[in-house]
Amino acid sequence: MGDTKLPLDDWHRSQGARMVGFAGYDMPIQYDGIMAEHLWTRESAGLFDVSHMGQLQLAGEGAAEALETVVPGSISALKPGRMRYTLLLAPDGGILDDLMVTNSGRHLYLVVNGATKHEDIAYLRETLPDAIALNHLEGEALLALQGPQAAAALAQLDIKGFEDGWPAPADLYFMQSAPCLWGDVPLGISRSGYTGEDGFEISVPAAHTEALAEALVALDAVKPVGLGARDSLRLEAGLPLYGHDIDTGTTPVEADLGFALSKRRREAGDFPGAAKILAQRENGPDRKRVGLLVEGRQPVREGAAVVDDAGNPVGKVTSGGFSPSLQRPIAMAYVPISHAEAGTRIAIEQRGKAFTGTVTPMPFVPHNYYRQPKP
Amino acid sequence: MARYFTEDHEWIDVDGDHATIGITDYAQEQLGDIVFVEVPESGAMLEQGGEAAVVESVKAASDVYAPVSGEILEGNDALADDPALVNSSPEEEGWFFRMALSDASQLESLMDAKAYKAFVDSL
Repeated sequence: MGDTKLPLDDWHRSQGARMVGFAGYDMPIQYDGIMAEHLWTRESAGLFDVSHMGQLQLAGEGAAEALETVVPGSISALKPGRMRYTLLLAPDGGILDDLMVTNSGRHLYLVVNGATKHEDIAYLRETLPDAIALNHLEGEALLALQGPQAAAALAQLDIKGFEDGWPAPADLYFMQSAPCLWGDVPLGISRSGYTGEDGFEISVPAAHTEALAEALVALDAVKPVGLGARDSLRLEAGLPLYGHDIDTGTTPVEADLGFALSKRRREAGDFPGAAKILAQRENGPDRKRVGLLVEGRQPVREGAAVVDDAGNPVGKVTSGGFSPSLQRPIAMAYVPISHAEAGTRIAIEQRGKAFTGTVTPMPFVPHNYYRQPKP
Repeated sequence: MARYFTEDHEWIDVDGDHATIGITDYAQEQLGDIVFVEVPESGAMLEQGGEAAVVESVKAASDVYAPVSGEILEGNDALADDPALVNSSPEEEGWFFRMALSDASQLESLMDAKAYKAFVDSL
């Protein structure tokens, strides 16, 4: 109740969406059904409205260095047009959010989670020097076009580089970004997403969002996909969901996000909670986020307990569901480090019933990114 | 044979003192793609309002409660292999369980088809 409407609200309803409250917004949970939308994204292209996410701009001399005081990634080394996954860390090293940071050339562009964006903005404003301007791009919507047909579909829209000689969407590799023009509408396009598939995330002025969504779903390869399938897709891709798989009580090492600790930053030890996080990286954490293949057909859900032989809780399931691609239940869980090796059998209890999972390397379904060839 | 409905979106077909129970088309539509159904064992005694079955969609688990008290005669074994029957045929092939009623007067508190339709329309 009282949820805010996003620019595409009416459009989602006209497309047959069922709307639910999420992160303070009315969001489409599904259109045709989660299973069908999920499989469509894996084989063709799905259009997601993720306008609830926070789009922020950091500008000013030293913005990258300033941001580095609250994240463990090397931001100052990010070349124009490149982006990176990083973590917003509390002073004690707890994870306040996970985010994408892009060097757009003139400023840093951040995409943060919808449920945490207001706290993130407050924390950044309080932490960063006053000389660094922080803009919340509330006039921009965010669409994601994801799937093996995403690039071919987007190519039909005749989107050009912002200036002659600048990259068009098809020129981007995974984790690259560029300003583009669709007619005279400016779009910020990155080759990235949250499904494990090739695809794009498109920042578009709110007033032009419906026209862009219409133009995309008019293509045979593209159908709208809701938040339900977004969750099952990211789970299959092994991607954590903030507030569920990671939060202020988990560290990057426990969460198996060590790749987000850039080498230079580790050597300098100059990010929040560095002493604790680096000691954990050195000595190994007590527990770790792992993927589980669950036996049988019944899913285990967030909150189910990982138990030892005596039935005592020793960990917990943080995401779980039925994998439409694998046609079996899968989950992410925190387990004791002694049980984190691939192939280890894990006992789980949910509502008094025993389940068995096997630790499995993630992603559950291979990533299908359009990576730049190694030179 | 008479068909009754509950506010929990179950249907109950009553034939003498035997009843067949499932979830309504409205319920399956709300749940979405059903991936798992657990039905009660034959011989189980259920109290009205007690947990009788579990139905899991891609996104969530839901309980199905016994609409009336009685003894379970059989669960629908077909749902173990093909839980999507609940989506494709919720009010026929996708039935959940049959039971012997222990107190037929409990049926009086349930809705008929017309009342259930009005109830759904009010949601």
